[in-house]
Amino acid sequence: MFDFRKSAAALLAAAAVGTMGLMPAGVQAQTLKAVMHSDVKILDPIWTTAYIQRNFGYMVWDTLFAMDEKFEVKPQMVDKYDVSADKLTWTFTLRDGLVWSDGTPVTSDDCIASIKRWAAKDSMGQKLMASVASLEKVDDKTFKMHMKEPYGLVLESLGKPSSNVPFMMPKKTAQTSPDQQIKVEDVIGSGPFIFIANEWKPGEKVVFVKNPKYKPRSEPASGLAGGKVVKVDRVEWIAMPDVQTQVAALQNGEIDMIESPGHDLLPLLSSDKNIKLFNSNPTGNQYVFRFNTLFKPFDNPKIRHAAMVAFSQEEFLKATIGDPQWYKVCKAPFICGTPLASEEGMKDVLNGDSAKAKQLLKDAGYDGTPVVLMHSTDLQVLTNLAPVAKAQLERAGFKVDMVSMDWQTLVARRAKKDPPDKGGWNAFLTSWLAADVLNPVMAAYFNAGCEKASFGWPCDTTIEKLRDAFSKESDPAKQKQIVVELQKYWAENPTHVHVGQWYQPMALRKNIEGNLSAPVPVFWNVSKK
Amino acid sequence: MLDFIARRLVSIIPVLVVVALFVFFMLRLTPGDPAAVIAGDNATSDQIADIREKLGLNLPIWQQFGIWLGNMLQGNFGESFFFKKTVAELIAQRLEPTLALSVCTLILAVSTAVPLGVIAAYRQGSLLDRVVMGFSVLGFSMPSFVIGYCLIYVFAIELGWLPVQGYTRIGVDFWSFLERIILPSVTLGIIYVALIARITRASILEVLNEDYIRTARAKGLSNRVVLMRHALRNAAVPILTVIGVGIALLIGGAIVTESVFGLPGLGRLTVEAVLSRDFPTIQAVILLFSVVYVLINLLIDIGYTIFDPRIRY
Repeated sequence: MFDFRKSAAALLAAAAVGTMGLMPAGVQAQTLKAVMHSDVKILDPIWTTAYIQRNFGYMVWDTLFAMDEKFEVKPQMVDKYDVSADKLTWTFTLRDGLVWSDGTPVTSDDCIASIKRWAAKDSMGQKLMASVASLEKVDDKTFKMHMKEPYGLVLESLGKPSSNVPFMMPKKTAQTSPDQQIKVEDVIGSGPFIFIANEWKPGEKVVFVKNPKYKPRSEPASGLAGGKVVKVDRVEWIAMPDVQTQVAALQNGEIDMIESPGHDLLPLLSSDKNIKLFNSNPTGNQYVFRFNTLFKPFDNPKIRHAAMVAFSQEEFLKATIGDPQWYKVCKAPFICGTPLASEEGMKDVLNGDSAKAKQLLKDAGYDGTPVVLMHSTDLQVLTNLAPVAKAQLERAGFKVDMVSMDWQTLVARRAKKDPPDKGGWNAFLTSWLAADVLNPVMAAYFNAGCEKASFGWPCDTTIEKLRDAFSKESDPAKQKQIVVELQKYWAENPTHVHVGQWYQPMALRKNIEGNLSAPVPVFWNVSKK
Repeated sequence: MLDFIARRLVSIIPVLVVVALFVFFMLRLTPGDPAAVIAGDNATSDQIADIREKLGLNLPIWQQFGIWLGNMLQGNFGESFFFKKTVAELIAQRLEPTLALSVCTLILAVSTAVPLGVIAAYRQGSLLDRVVMGFSVLGFSMPSFVIGYCLIYVFAIELGWLPVQGYTRIGVDFWSFLERIILPSVTLGIIYVALIARITRASILEVLNEDYIRTARAKGLSNRVVLMRHALRNAAVPILTVIGVGIALLIGGAIVTESVFGLPGLGRLTVEAVLSRDFPTIQAVILLFSVVYVLINLLIDIGYTIFDPRIRY
């Protein structure tokens, strides 16, 4: 059957590419070539939470709301919104002139279907929808969200900056089961770029061209919000797995940027007069030590607390990042430099106090059960974490059995609920983008909802009550009070330990300008001189 | 001969069955879960379980094998767990760079190594002989990624003669193809130059002491004719064997070289598939490599009969 949408999208993409070929002599299409942290394998940013798919999503699709560089949620596709006095009805009106890249208008139906699909997958979306009674279309540009009860994080949820991001997709695409990946031909967005499907060569490159139909907001770009003005004609994400080759290619001018150069290569890059380093994400990332609360010894909150007392962030950060310019010792679990940052309740933990930890272990009745600590060996930013954790835990009197494996094996093993001596685990270390842990509802490792919680499956009704209270509160000052109360309790009953904040600068040729400070590397506002 | 070729082709079938069984079950026994990889860091156990079900990974292993074998018999290699593309499509996309790299490497290696080996043998003990043998030891000892980085530094960064990385398809722009395939081919070729040159030298030295060489010289034939027509031809069988083994080894070497030079070939596809536990892709690529390996051996066996007419099957 003839599919108008597919054909129109193909024609439009061809026209966009063709237009570049018809430029007057002397005017060359500007192509920005970037090496991202990973190759794009999956095109559906709702189906997976992987960051590369999220980055892909920001190229092609747009969001109703977006977070600016001051962590404030601002309308993006939405022109205006309104909440009723009883906070039970939210009304959203879309901006004029929003169209999908195939030329059809963006409608309320598309947005309602997109919200539903996103919320079926995303934990913050699930929490939001638990308070939503219904989503109702008013007209093509307006829809209402009827709440069962007031919910304080409506805008924060719809403007969630990181995985899963509530991207708006055409209704037909959004009606794909959340457990099914969308088809390549359904990658039709209303975002600033168009994905050129027939130039996508997995393992080689992903190609985007400027969306000529995209209508940016009039405000200046800020973080992920504001006017997404595209200043290059074409963006290519080149798949280049070897870090040395990435650096050589950047030095040689074959590529324009590397999203995540290794920290050991930063001195080499910064010494090149044609290259600059830019920390696009000032809040950075957070290292995390995660407990499995199902089994001994970390089924005992007092023993988890002892581990938190034993840890010293500085040691982790020195071993993995090295240069203090690119890390920060930060006791605030919700990230230093953000609105909910607070070190309340953290005074007696994370000081590397092994003597105190030893005493706490003794008081908690630790029986010498070994901690099966999973050690990821193939990701440079994680490799040195587990040996540091092992040393710090052993100084405090823990017995540690560190098991080395590649990251993909770790990822599979951490999903298992088997006992540690039968293929399960007690602890592992990972890293979160700061934008994923800005509040206790967003931060997956604060979820203490037993079976519904992330790997480690903590079960704690107090934490859950405080998370619920936070989600229902819309007053920022009261939200902060709840956070302080939560983290005081959490320091004694931790679900995980944050073991340091670190920054990943991108490396750019000096002729690349306009990169924005945002938790996600974005390509609008970027120009090539 | 035709009977021999037919028998050898039929013998591929049991080889493939064994490889298929081995690869399928080894993959299922290795740790790692493609569903967990797909789901990403923020996923919950339930989400991973859903994906496992969609991929059919919850089915009993024999059932999974039956489905895969059934599809294979119909020429269907399945769909990659990650890309919404068939494995056949993925392989087709990645075949050209690997093929181009292998052919260029082979041409470079044979055309350089055989003359070097012959000259080294002819001038045994001379400075040239020592230089060739020294180079052989060095070429054989240095990991290909080190050679690759050195070549990139000299020819791409310092001299700016060639690009660091990337691949242009031969049909798109031949000169761009050429300038991007030179460094990877030299990198991968050095080890084969070393290997083939040593074997050529040793084989030539062996035949140079034979009576028929003395007879040829006594007939007044020139050194060139003696070496090329009499010595090299009689020394060809071991050289051909080494070249055959070398082609098979190229598959392994291509994995490293493709990564260093950013070539989107089958070697990198294999690494990516293994790292992400993309079972259908790994299975298909390994089966393909097995077929190639068997066919190369067949071609080498046929080659023996051309260079040494005494060999008959």
